Amino acid sequence: MVVAVQYIEKEQGGDQTHDVTGILAVQGAFAEHAATLDKLGASWRLLRAAEDFDDSISRMILPGGESTTQGKLLHSTGLFDPIKRHIDAGKPVLGTCAGMILLASKLDNDDNVYFGELDAVVHRNAYGRQLGSFQTVGSFGDIHDLPLVFIRGPYVAQVGPKATVETEVDGHVVGLRQGNILATAFHPELTDDTRVHELFLSL
Amino acid sequence: MAEENRAELNRNLAQMLKGGVIMDVTTPEQAKIAQDAGACAVMALERIPADIRAAGGVSRMSDPAMIKGIQEAVTIPVMAKVRIGHIAEARILQAIDIDYIDESEVLSPADDVYHIDKTQFKVPFVCGAKNLGEALRRIAEGAAMIRTKGEPGTGDVIQAVRHMRTMNRQIHELQALRDDEIFEAAKKLEVPYDLAKYVHDNGRLPVVNFAAGGVATPADAALMMELGAEGVFVGSGIFKSGDPAKRAAAIVQATANWQDADLLARLSENLGEAMVGINEDEIKTIMAARGE
Repeated sequence: MVVAVQYIEKEQGGDQTHDVTGILAVQGAFAEHAATLDKLGASWRLLRAAEDFDDSISRMILPGGESTTQGKLLHSTGLFDPIKRHIDAGKPVLGTCAGMILLASKLDNDDNVYFGELDAVVHRNAYGRQLGSFQTVGSFGDIHDLPLVFIRGPYVAQVGPKATVETEVDGHVVGLRQGNILATAFHPELTDDTRVHELFLSL
Repeated sequence: MAEENRAELNRNLAQMLKGGVIMDVTTPEQAKIAQDAGACAVMALERIPADIRAAGGVSRMSDPAMIKGIQEAVTIPVMAKVRIGHIAEARILQAIDIDYIDESEVLSPADDVYHIDKTQFKVPFVCGAKNLGEALRRIAEGAAMIRTKGEPGTGDVIQAVRHMRTMNRQIHELQALRDDEIFEAAKKLEVPYDLAKYVHDNGRLPVVNFAAGGVATPADAALMMELGAEGVFVGSGIFKSGDPAKRAAAIVQATANWQDADLLARLSENLGEAMVGINEDEIKTIMAARGE
């Protein structure tokens, strides 16, 4: 079920002039998202510095990794502002795991707030340390029998009125949608099931 | 006995650490400095390698109380070291819910023949490797992540560079073989055929590979990323330097943006004193020779 570790030597894939998915690439499992988009024939670009973000970017992926590390680097690279403007404009965003944390309006066990647009309170490391990491099967909205991989993952402690619940596991909310924002506590990029990315590309 | 998907989940955690810096820390205060600087994980240990080297004697797993103090201080993953082959130390770290165990040549080896059978554990292991054969043997034993075995506590990056270049050259050599030549290659590397075949087909290790040992500056971190490391361990380099918080943040940024020379130039300015360091030919104990 799980694809091989990816090492991307390319910095971009496909046509770079329009409808490019920007993948935040300051730390974490960004190569896995790039490999999934390659499989779907979609254009993508790794975003490592503010200059990498331009008008051709119409979608954003915030990958898994360490949210505290990514949060620091978002500011030091200058990528925070263009991504924030993208999100505020209602353009499509997919945030997985750390990406969900970066999108949340509040964290119940951490004072940091990053983009703050997703109407939800998210609980970091909700399943404990690595021994609490697990795989299961569930749904994301209409997508059923979806493999769900949680790696020191969060869950949603409280869902605000603007967001809708797309995934629940054992009574905890782990997948949300709010307009063009898709947020998952699990990692679709770590499996060979591409349906969440296909939904994201259809937005 | 580990459940079926545990090995995948453990490799997955290493995937989440990619592009990041894992820092050696000896106190909760240092762990917080590391986290605030942007470390993606910390390695909890009683003495950093430079001090282990200076003190001599037998070096063992750290006091679990000290490791727990660090677990409580930060939210990022916490790793800790056990001696090569020390099954009981590994069970102790698993019992305190450690995120990753480093079966490490930095500590005194407990077994000069056998490594731990890491497939019998739920918790993930990272192991050092100087070359492809060593890496694939550790992976066969259950390691979920590999790092180079650069000489710890020296501030000299030469061995980490040698290991990373050796590993990548051997991967490319294996890739270039015909399918019917992989059997012989596996025999020569002293590794299982299936793993040799995986590397031949995929052109990479089946797990994440970090650089470790002797990284002391932002430029060192950028060099290791340039050579194909997927992230960096920094041991003595940070808390043996003049301004740990500033140096730690600079190394984190250098690892993320290793191709940006203008940025590296700015990051390298006014970092204060780097750790003093010892040259490769001045050291008495070659830790990388422990456990092949």
